Amino acid sequence: MAFESHLLLALLEGTVGACVLALTALGLSLVFGVMRIVNVAHGEFFMLGAVIAWAAATLVGGPPALSFALALVTAPLAVAAIALGVDRLILRRVAYQPDATIVATIGLVYVFQQAVLMTFGPEARAVAAPFQWRVTFPGFGYSGVKLALAGAALVLIAGTWLMLTRTHIGLAMRATQIDRETAQAFGIPARRVYALVFALGAALAAVAGVLVVPVQQAHYLMGGDPLLLSFIVVIIGGLGSLRGTLVAAFVIGISDGVIAVFFSPTLAKIAATLLVAMVLVARPQGLFGRAPS
Amino acid sequence: MTAARRALPALVLAGLFALQFVLGDYDHTNMARILVLACFAVGYNIAFGMTGLLSLGHAMFFAAGLYGAGFSAELGGVAPPAALAAGTACGLVLALAVGLVALRTSGVAFMIVTLMFAQACFLTILHFNELTRGDEGFVIAETARRFALAGVVLDAADPTVRYNAALALFALAYGAYLALARSRVGRVLVGIRENEDRVRMLGYDPYRYRLFALTLSGALAGLAGAAYALLFAYVGATFATTQYSIYPLLWVLLGGAGTALGPLVGTGVMFVLVDRLSGITSSYLMLVGLALILLVVLFPKGILGTVGQRRARNRS
Repeated sequence: MAFESHLLLALLEGTVGACVLALTALGLSLVFGVMRIVNVAHGEFFMLGAVIAWAAATLVGGPPALSFALALVTAPLAVAAIALGVDRLILRRVAYQPDATIVATIGLVYVFQQAVLMTFGPEARAVAAPFQWRVTFPGFGYSGVKLALAGAALVLIAGTWLMLTRTHIGLAMRATQIDRETAQAFGIPARRVYALVFALGAALAAVAGVLVVPVQQAHYLMGGDPLLLSFIVVIIGGLGSLRGTLVAAFVIGISDGVIAVFFSPTLAKIAATLLVAMVLVARPQGLFGRAPS
Repeated sequence: MTAARRALPALVLAGLFALQFVLGDYDHTNMARILVLACFAVGYNIAFGMTGLLSLGHAMFFAAGLYGAGFSAELGGVAPPAALAAGTACGLVLALAVGLVALRTSGVAFMIVTLMFAQACFLTILHFNELTRGDEGFVIAETARRFALAGVVLDAADPTVRYNAALALFALAYGAYLALARSRVGRVLVGIRENEDRVRMLGYDPYRYRLFALTLSGALAGLAGAAYALLFAYVGATFATTQYSIYPLLWVLLGGAGTALGPLVGTGVMFVLVDRLSGITSSYLMLVGLALILLVVLFPKGILGTVGQRRARNRS
């Protein structure tokens, strides 16, 4: 394969990965921005989405397109319900303290992983793609399913963005983010906003999990990588800045795809993690974020 | 302070010494393991319990000690006491280097930076697979673990030597914690945890005190890692995973953050629970997860913290 085709393939892979990453990181960023907490179990919500998609495909059966559509609806709803329970039973009880929340969500990581391990098993399980379609590029053919999934991720990101900027609920979320107490004084139920934001963040991760399942298998440990990458993206983009998160997701996602094709993945990961640590030290507000006033 | 409280450390150490004559073979080895891991937890407690630094990267300091001692003993042919010192030095230097950079951040950012550095260390160990043997790890040979102390040849593989070496190291860590807690520096560290601005206003530089606490914490983690390598003869990348950064956090929280004996109690209870449970089910990690959640929600002060609170309430 010629170098140009190789590069094009790398860019395509990177872009597809970036779309899913942006969707996942958006959820983490939203939760951090509004609630000022780090949800370490965010990657497990992603994993739960993928596992539910597998369950929908196997237990319900029928044509792959139908069960996939079913999973696209049920997985985010189910995971959002779980997140509401977590908010009610754990986060609210520790009053959203940053340190306590981190420790509790670390605990959730193990609970979710082990619960899935006990029921779903240790195997990686594949789910049939909703349809078969191949796009021909000069020099190689590319999976059309991947392109469609990336497109779906973009639609969902746009939808979330519109919800945040154009609807009443979005306004309440943004108001709570900027100044919780003033928002409450204006009659915004901050508690309910918190619960809603946490559920929405989890649902975004879950739907991203559903989207990757046709190209990547479902596995109980699959949540680790998306979590680490989302952390990186949210940090580089600036803690709490949604626009920064989206920009960073595309920069990181595409470069990650290109690097993985051309260089040793471990070495690239070491360099990336050290780079991120340095960014956070030099600019705690992130590359695109504004310093807190 | 009452006389009974002043005598407590000596009583605890005497009790731990006597324990070796009571325990069966299996529990004897486990207790030695608990003592070494408790040394790790005491180190973590200095950073987290005393100073309020929530680190998610202490596995890298433990691993630095583990590999520092492992390489010196297995490849360098160094005697175990010197290998132990080398491992401790590795933990200390790494903690100092990480602290210089990571302590410029605070709170959530500090947690993420330490997590990232630890991840980079873990990946580095995997990358130099030919030297470290990665996940598989390597075993330290019998001959590299034998050494002469005051004319007596000791073997780290001998259970009695192993237990008492572990106890000596724990006593060292425990003594260091007590001395620090009662010193002026220790009070400043607690002050930083409780109210950083006030400590700064009094003229102390929180950055330098935090750096000291993290370095000491890393040195104790390195000591524990080095001891683990030499006493149990195995060095592997598993000990550098995030899980081994979460364990000391769990042990300290369970025993009681900021208490002198909490790390030992937490490590002991958790070790026994996991050990008994892994006979029944393979998903003992479920227990780890549930313990973390329940501790934070219901017993944020841990076992000894809650006991201390009850006692204080009864007295008043």
